[in-house]
Amino acid sequence: MNVLLYILLGIGVLFNGLGAIALVRFPDVYTRLHGATKCTTFGSLFTALGVIVYGFARGGAQYNTLAIHVIIALIALLVTNPTGSHAIARAAYRSGIKPKGAVVDKLEEQS
Amino acid sequence: MLAFFVTAIVAFIFYLLLTFGSGTIGAWSLEEWISGAVLSLIVGAIAARVAFVRNRDGKKSSLRMLNPLRLLLFLVYLIGPFLWAMAKANLDVAYRVITGKIRPGIVRLSPGLSTDFGVTLLANSITLTPGTLSVDVDEESGDLFVHWINVSDPEPSAKTVCGSFPDWARRIAE
Amino acid sequence: MSIEPLVFFIVAACFAFFVLFSLLRIGLGPTIGDRVVGLDTLNTLVVASMIVLGAAFDQVVFVDVAIIYALLSFVGTLYIARYLEGGLE
Repeated sequence: MNVLLYILLGIGVLFNGLGAIALVRFPDVYTRLHGATKCTTFGSLFTALGVIVYGFARGGAQYNTLAIHVIIALIALLVTNPTGSHAIARAAYRSGIKPKGAVVDKLEEQS
Repeated sequence: MLAFFVTAIVAFIFYLLLTFGSGTIGAWSLEEWISGAVLSLIVGAIAARVAFVRNRDGKKSSLRMLNPLRLLLFLVYLIGPFLWAMAKANLDVAYRVITGKIRPGIVRLSPGLSTDFGVTLLANSITLTPGTLSVDVDEESGDLFVHWINVSDPEPSAKTVCGSFPDWARRIAE
Repeated sequence: MSIEPLVFFIVAACFAFFVLFSLLRIGLGPTIGDRVVGLDTLNTLVVASMIVLGAAFDQVVFVDVAIIYALLSFVGTLYIARYLEGGLE
């Protein structure tokens, strides 16, 4: 059981770190959003799964409550994260930030 | 009216989940039952018209998501293809962070979905899956503008960019 | 089962370290869009570390705060995005 917990938490930390590095390394807003949104959502998913496994494995009323609350927090994250990133991408485009080094830009041709 | 009750019941379920284990009636105390019922009725009255928006063709569409078959399909989709694509997406980002190999561009997709829920589901799936990020949506035709990190074809079909997701979104929402 | 709080603290410390990266992006970001991306990442990391700290301290209230934080930060992100787009229609 402990090993499963460590694996889940380890995957979570790994991908969250990857998201943070992507945030620093990529060249413009859109590519940064790629890295940041995907990796932090996936990383937080696995971290939360680790805590849920921990909660249900410990048993007892308090730990079950912890696990249920973490499930709700996870749902909130999974719903809000991609929507927020879509909102940022749209706002960035409409405020005039062009994707750097784009080979094709259909949105510009349209408007 | 139905929208009001559905919203209130969903709010009540979330309230009960959050107060799990507070007493002895079921797993909840009497106070939690009463305050939860009152609060969820208030939430239903306020939020019903936001939660159940009208569709482009004027019909209310979200009620069709109450069909248990659709909900089951949604769950299967989340656990199966969606999670797998998300794992691939993260490895893809890892590869691009390490090598720095990108060829970005914004392309237009015509998934041909007619319901708002379907378009939302597809757009959110696209954001979390390999190499794509939804930027804008054409509200009349339901077309999506997608920032693609590795453009191989300037005018792709929905199939080449996001695989089987449009089919899943159609199956779930339409 | 006694070693686990320590593991959770280590995970939370890693998240705190990643927060530094997003702070760097908020500070450097050439455009407002970059800063908002940094802020969004920071919010997700804070939610994740609150969940982990909730398990470390055995306090459910940490997770409750994390739920509210996730929803409110989403509203904040939408607000900034709307502002960037140029006003409410």
